[in-house]
Amino acid sequence: MNSANNHPLLEVKDLGVTFTDEKGSLQALIQIDFSIAREQFVCVVGPSGSGKSTLIRVLAGLLKPTSGEVSLDGIPVTEPRPGVGIVFQKANLMPWRSVLRNITLPLEINHIDPEEAASRARDLIDLVGLSGFEDWLPHDLSGGMQQRVAIARSLIRDPDLLLLDEPFGALDALTREKMGTELLRVWRARKKTVIMITHDISEAVFLADRVLAISPQPGNLRLDLTIPLKRPRAEEDRFSPEFVDLTHQLRQAIK
Amino acid sequence: MKSWVESVRRIGFLLLSVVVGLILWQLFTTFSEIPSFIFPKPIEVWTKLITVIENGSLFYHTLVTLQEVIVGLALGLTAAIITGFLLAKSRLVERVLSPYIVASQSIPIVAIAPLLVIWLGPGILSKILTSALIVFFPVLVNTIVGLRSVPCELYDLMRSLQASTWQRIIKLEIPAAMPVFLGGLRIGATLAVIGAVVGEFVGADKGLGFLVNVGRGLYDTALVFVAVFTLVLLALGLYGSVVYLEKHLLSWQKRNGD
Repeated sequence: MNSANNHPLLEVKDLGVTFTDEKGSLQALIQIDFSIAREQFVCVVGPSGSGKSTLIRVLAGLLKPTSGEVSLDGIPVTEPRPGVGIVFQKANLMPWRSVLRNITLPLEINHIDPEEAASRARDLIDLVGLSGFEDWLPHDLSGGMQQRVAIARSLIRDPDLLLLDEPFGALDALTREKMGTELLRVWRARKKTVIMITHDISEAVFLADRVLAISPQPGNLRLDLTIPLKRPRAEEDRFSPEFVDLTHQLRQAIK
Repeated sequence: MKSWVESVRRIGFLLLSVVVGLILWQLFTTFSEIPSFIFPKPIEVWTKLITVIENGSLFYHTLVTLQEVIVGLALGLTAAIITGFLLAKSRLVERVLSPYIVASQSIPIVAIAPLLVIWLGPGILSKILTSALIVFFPVLVNTIVGLRSVPCELYDLMRSLQASTWQRIIKLEIPAAMPVFLGGLRIGATLAVIGAVVGEFVGADKGLGFLVNVGRGLYDTALVFVAVFTLVLLALGLYGSVVYLEKHLLSWQKRNGD
């Protein structure tokens, strides 16, 4: 344990993003401030157009903010950094690579020995429940399975921070709930700091230690809510009065 | 097992269509009274074929043309891939170069070929260049379209993984652009043969195009037929190689209708 562990892993200070083109400018995010401790599971909720995806792109270093600063482990984020895993809205798999080779891609880029990479990928394939599908091609998998591959790929470099941008947005409700439970299982097994974007309030409350609610146009932080529900959580918890009250508070905040 | 039966069946159909074609050809030449210097009988073409194989001239001329085609194709491909890459990556280069490229396409290759012979002489080099020129455009267009079709989400992925430019090209752009690129190569491979023959027509003392010219001059129509058939085989062979390449490189693609 070193002193760095006492600091938050991620700090966002006075963040603002404005998109400008010939037609004018659009304020996507304004004055966003928050910090996230290690091993926390944080969900960001907000309606469409509230700049949630913009936020995650900034956190990932894929987009430079117009104002303010994001720092990871005390170092400002200006470009994509090691130690961060990303799961996008779409699975974004390479259709010409097998499940196994999609998952080893990040290690290939780091020039890690293929044998070693494959064995690490196999562990993750087990973890996300895709054993037996190593040699399948993405277009032969269902949407849920493709996202599992994407999750395994995001974990293979053993990142400190996992960013998920509405990863289950394209899945049907039942698969979605199942994937949420699976994600919690993976999170418990690998103890990462997770920031997940979603527009589904109940999903956010079910998964997170803490939920940030963002209002639309311009996206602004309205509520920073700690979720006191005990873990492990079960599907039935979604019907408890406490759960309903929490979702209600969030709904009010972003209305 | 199933694919084995399938390929036997395919070859069977091919043979059938060749045999039917030969029979129709024989019947046509027998019953119409067209003289053989205008339309030779299959047997005359066959005899001519044996003659030119035995005296080695068919082999010699085919080798010359094949050489022109292969080198021309390689040259045209290389130029098209490099230019295509630059054009796909830079709007500025595209704006500067595209008027020339489009204009060059409005000039028929038969009009450029004499110029090339004047500049480069009647040797093999002018044929290589006509071949390369005709290959260039379709491959260029498909290289650009292929590169532009790479999904931008995958660029984000590669960026987020801190991939180097080289890794992005090797691991993302080349495989993603490959299907469209190979479509261009298919067209380019057959055009390469046409380019070489056009060059030979304009001025040459060897090659299959030259052989066609000789046959025409001597009213040796059977010789023309032999040369033309050889050219067809050459083009088919090249086309087949590209299809073979596609099968291996694109085995990941979902095949429709299979």
